[in-house]
Amino acid sequence: MLKTIRIALWIAVAVSLVVVGVLLWRADRQEQAAAFRPAFSLPDETGAIHTTEEFKGKYVLVFFGFTNCPDICPTTMSEVAQVMDDLGPQAEKVQPVFISVDPARDRASGLDEYLAAFHPAILGLAGDEASTRAAVESFKVFADPEKAASAPGGYTMSHSSSLYLLGPRGDWLRQFEYGTPADDITADLKGRL
Amino acid sequence: MIKPIIAGLGLAAVLPALALAECAEVSQGDLSVRAAWSRATIGTARPAVFYVTIQNNGSTDDRLTGIETRVAGMPMLHETVTKDGVASMPHADAIDIPAGKTVSLAPGGYHGMLMNLEAELKEGESFPVTLQFEKAGEVSIDTEVLPIRAREAACGVAP
Repeated sequence: MLKTIRIALWIAVAVSLVVVGVLLWRADRQEQAAAFRPAFSLPDETGAIHTTEEFKGKYVLVFFGFTNCPDICPTTMSEVAQVMDDLGPQAEKVQPVFISVDPARDRASGLDEYLAAFHPAILGLAGDEASTRAAVESFKVFADPEKAASAPGGYTMSHSSSLYLLGPRGDWLRQFEYGTPADDITADLKGRL
Repeated sequence: MIKPIIAGLGLAAVLPALALAECAEVSQGDLSVRAAWSRATIGTARPAVFYVTIQNNGSTDDRLTGIETRVAGMPMLHETVTKDGVASMPHADAIDIPAGKTVSLAPGGYHGMLMNLEAELKEGESFPVTLQFEKAGEVSIDTEVLPIRAREAACGVAP
């Protein structure tokens, strides 16, 4: 009898140790997630600088891309446009941002006009090489000019194709991988707004 | 009184079929090609896209080896490959169209990249694209220019 109680108590100790461990691990993970605040400081087409600070209080949907891409970028911008339409009045709490990874060419070909054709709310940013590189590194994403004679201008870009969501305090919340339907993104945002 | 209702019901049944029929389909040999579409462009500086659905009804494999169109000086076949969240767009020498299978050039996968546009592609217009197949030969299809925000063919053909 006493032996059974002793075993039961030891099991209780083991279980509580595991629970405490899991709780600590989760708290640590949440802290780490909260600590990740990627940043950008980049000019729009008029030259006005925009930073992540500016959008505190809003949810920010960030996409890295280039406008000479005929497939992924228009498809993703279409999804974002659909999300903004479907959010209705709540859309004013969401700021979609397109960061060019091919800034010189995108500035020359009219970034704003292109993005406005999808949705007027999308903010297009195109910096110089250093500020673009800084944003790419801060978001821990990937963008690399890929040599290919077949592409216009003689190269194309391999780039991270997800949408990144930052919260109202600038903290990284999640990413939506390429191909996530607009309805799923809208539902996720509505759950937060 | 009844007649208009019947007419209305008849129309309701026919209209979706008409909408589907709007999607041109061209058959040649074992292949049928349909749902060719593109997105409107702003000017001619950026490349346009070409999407299409190809069905191989035969028992021999075929391959799409190239595309030609008068609207672009340099049309090419590409594939969007997403690996570890990073997308790249390698040139595709040919796209296999296996026997009995349907292959779609669709957002996020295979697509035609129409470089050196001769003119802006305007929503509502259409232009011919000639697909070159290894076995079936050349097949021309009318390609609909959809809004820049379009995400799929207007006739909703899924692979």
